[in-house]
Amino acid sequence: MANFNLNINGKSHTVDVDPSTPMLWVLRDHLNLVGTKYGCGIAQCGACTVHLDGTATRSCMLTVSMVGNSEITTIEGLSENGDHPVQKAWLEVDVPQCGYCQAGQIMTASALLQKNPNPSDEEIEMAMNGNICRCGTYIRIKKAVKLAAESNT
Amino acid sequence: MSVMKTHIGRRAFIRNTSLASGGLVLGFSLLNACKPKDVKTMAALEMPKEWFEMNAFLKIGDNGVVTIMSPNPEFGQGVITSMPMIVADELDVDWKNVLVEQANFDQEEYGWQFTGGSQGIRRRWEGLRMAGATAKQMLVAAAAETWQVPASEITVSNGVLSHTGSERSAGYGEMASKASKLEVPEEVSLKEVKDFTIIGTSQKSVENQKIITGKPLFGLDYQFDGALVAMVVHPPAFGLQLKSFDGSRAESMPGITNVFKIKTLEEDFARGYFDTNAFTDVVAIVGKSTWEVMNAKKQLDVQWEPIAGSKFKMDRFGTQVDVEVPSGLESTEGHYTQMDEMATRSGTTTRKDGDPEGVFASAAKTLERSYTCPFLAHNCMEPMNFFAHVTEDMAKLAGPLQAPVLTAPTVAARLGMPVENVEIELTRMGGGFGRRAYGHYAVEAALISREAQASVKLVYTREDDMTFGIYRPSYQATYKAALDENNNLVAFQVKAGGIPETPLFANRFPAGTVDNYLAQQWEINSNITIGAFRAPRSNFMAGVEQAFLDEVAELAGKDPIEFRLELLQRAKDNPVGENNEYDPERLAGVLRLVREKSNWSQVPSGTHRGVSAYFCHNSYAAHVVDVVMDGETPKVEKVVCAIDCGIVINPDAAANMAEGAIVDGVGNAMYGELTFKDGSPQQKNFDTYKMIRHAEAPKHIEVHFVKNEVDPTGMGEPPFPPVFGALSNAIYKATGRRHYRQPFATDRPPLVG
Repeated sequence: MANFNLNINGKSHTVDVDPSTPMLWVLRDHLNLVGTKYGCGIAQCGACTVHLDGTATRSCMLTVSMVGNSEITTIEGLSENGDHPVQKAWLEVDVPQCGYCQAGQIMTASALLQKNPNPSDEEIEMAMNGNICRCGTYIRIKKAVKLAAESNT
Repeated sequence: MSVMKTHIGRRAFIRNTSLASGGLVLGFSLLNACKPKDVKTMAALEMPKEWFEMNAFLKIGDNGVVTIMSPNPEFGQGVITSMPMIVADELDVDWKNVLVEQANFDQEEYGWQFTGGSQGIRRRWEGLRMAGATAKQMLVAAAAETWQVPASEITVSNGVLSHTGSERSAGYGEMASKASKLEVPEEVSLKEVKDFTIIGTSQKSVENQKIITGKPLFGLDYQFDGALVAMVVHPPAFGLQLKSFDGSRAESMPGITNVFKIKTLEEDFARGYFDTNAFTDVVAIVGKSTWEVMNAKKQLDVQWEPIAGSKFKMDRFGTQVDVEVPSGLESTEGHYTQMDEMATRSGTTTRKDGDPEGVFASAAKTLERSYTCPFLAHNCMEPMNFFAHVTEDMAKLAGPLQAPVLTAPTVAARLGMPVENVEIELTRMGGGFGRRAYGHYAVEAALISREAQASVKLVYTREDDMTFGIYRPSYQATYKAALDENNNLVAFQVKAGGIPETPLFANRFPAGTVDNYLAQQWEINSNITIGAFRAPRSNFMAGVEQAFLDEVAELAGKDPIEFRLELLQRAKDNPVGENNEYDPERLAGVLRLVREKSNWSQVPSGTHRGVSAYFCHNSYAAHVVDVVMDGETPKVEKVVCAIDCGIVINPDAAANMAEGAIVDGVGNAMYGELTFKDGSPQQKNFDTYKMIRHAEAPKHIEVHFVKNEVDPTGMGEPPFPPVFGALSNAIYKATGRRHYRQPFATDRPPLVG
């Protein structure tokens, strides 16, 4: 066990955990931030996606000891009132079915738009391809990403 | 306006309607109870401190805010929005003034709380309408009594009662106190379809705001002070069982509190249909955090041994069935060999019309084709999990469950307590697809809590989830068709079987359309457990039947839609047999609609088109799939879908579900496959189990509903099964190859012709 100082959603947190602990479980078990989801544990499904210094990162394979001073943003910290353009677009398009994967989808999409504010369909598909939606809401996700992109410009 | 006796759920409407306190409202919802602040800041509306319970489904605050309980478990099908919409419409309240809460398990109040079989809206339709209409009638009666005017002169609109003559009006909130103390009427008036104001309008999911901000909603998010985390270790292969284990190394690891064995079902327990479980003896590991338990699990020293063949009795909703469990370690290769062998034999006849053997012997043309599909895992994105807090005389459970009404009695029996002492909070489910109708994990959580004398949250890893069983079975079907010299279909035969169940529906299309018809089936026992998977059995039969009919139409030289419509005309005018399950007019209806909306005869250049149509779960769906070639790979460009599921409650949400069903269909047809070697599932996580992803999804999907006033029927399942057929038919047009073995992505059929 060791102490780690983490910068999450603009706040400083200290946790005492084994250095091998993935950030996913630090967030969920130790910091009560359960918006970041467990889906596979091997970075194949994207449900656990967070931003690490703005880059979409699978938190299930990101150990707490690798984070250092990097800034982590989770779905809870993406916006103050759930009004990030991507979140608003998700509501407008009524994307979710079960909703379990959607936090991860939103985190990947928001990181994409940060780097590429006006992505093509193919670029959206490429960026989002690591996020599985078992309910099959892919078409609505793409539509919402494009809507968010439009609302940004 | 139709008048109806308040028979359904009348018990739930009759209650002591005294004033209750607002605190109890919060007590209903685990998430409200966990984080009241979050909910308050999120909610646009709030129930006041004082509110009145009109019946089990709704409460009205003195400020006019209405809370509607959604009775069925929610797994993404949207009933948490659409069911309250039905109540609200009959209540005549503004949807903007409605709050929704998920009901917990309460059989007395909410009856058959079961999410499955696309039956939610269909079975609740009348009861939910009555819940709203009854309360409305009581509110009208309260106003009539207060104002001393005839109830018939009172009009209602958007939660406001008005009497024109005396120029009086009042909101529901003002009359709720008096109304809640009135006798429940013996009869209620229900609206005409044309008078619906909320049903048939698109409303967004009431839980979207929580979903997109990451609020705790799902079972895995359940928080309880002091709760420990538990995991279980089950045998690595079907055909093995626990022999012994040494938990000392795992127990000495950081954060671990207990390691012990549990037995989920006693040997003499009379299993219900949803008590499926190949691995009743498992080792439980309990500890303080998920990561610590995961690590300890890897250090557990367990010995397994082969099972002996056995039999157990299953109570299949009142019918006692003997289930045989053979010993041995099965493999996919062996399964296909066994099925091929069975396909060569005569099966058990379940329907015979005319003289199929005679007609086949003398037909001008015949066609015979065989099809197979593999086992599939449900792979809900949220792995199985459940919370349990069990004490000597009560069990408090919470988690994702499709069939609490079936799981609760099993939990109660296993704990040796009355079912009334088992409380289950229903969390939102991260997918279900049938998997969560099998509540073994809730029983496991309860037993672990009791043994550890602690509150625990049982968590399956993805690998645990994918390898536990309860799969879509592997099936095989052989079809034969005979045409006369005029290319009329004169005989049809289907023989289908599977491991371990038959997928056959003997009385579905094309039964009833052809004079000479034979349906046969067979089954092969297995120790691999199976369970309902989105449109059980239909999810194989629809695709292969529709692919076969495409080939028959081609042999007859007919357009595939026209060919089907001709058969359906026959079934309508002069049906063969009396047990035909489907309505030929409605099946023809979706075919005509999809023909029109897809512009069927105008195929865009470079596009290859296939069609299918199927009846299941009381509804009708037809698809036209457009495929384009990307090098050697067929890609789905567009799907046009027509559905007849009667009245559509929430059209855009229903369209979303159809879109999902189509993506799911393309995904499983192209890639879905779980294989076995020596009893062990060969795919254990998403690195080897291929799920459809963004880039492989259809680029465009159009969903069209047949507009009618038929009471609503199934929606979650019907659009799924026919996708396999339309896709297969489109790929044939694109590649000249017909697929007989799923999944298509790894199937290499020969070129036709």
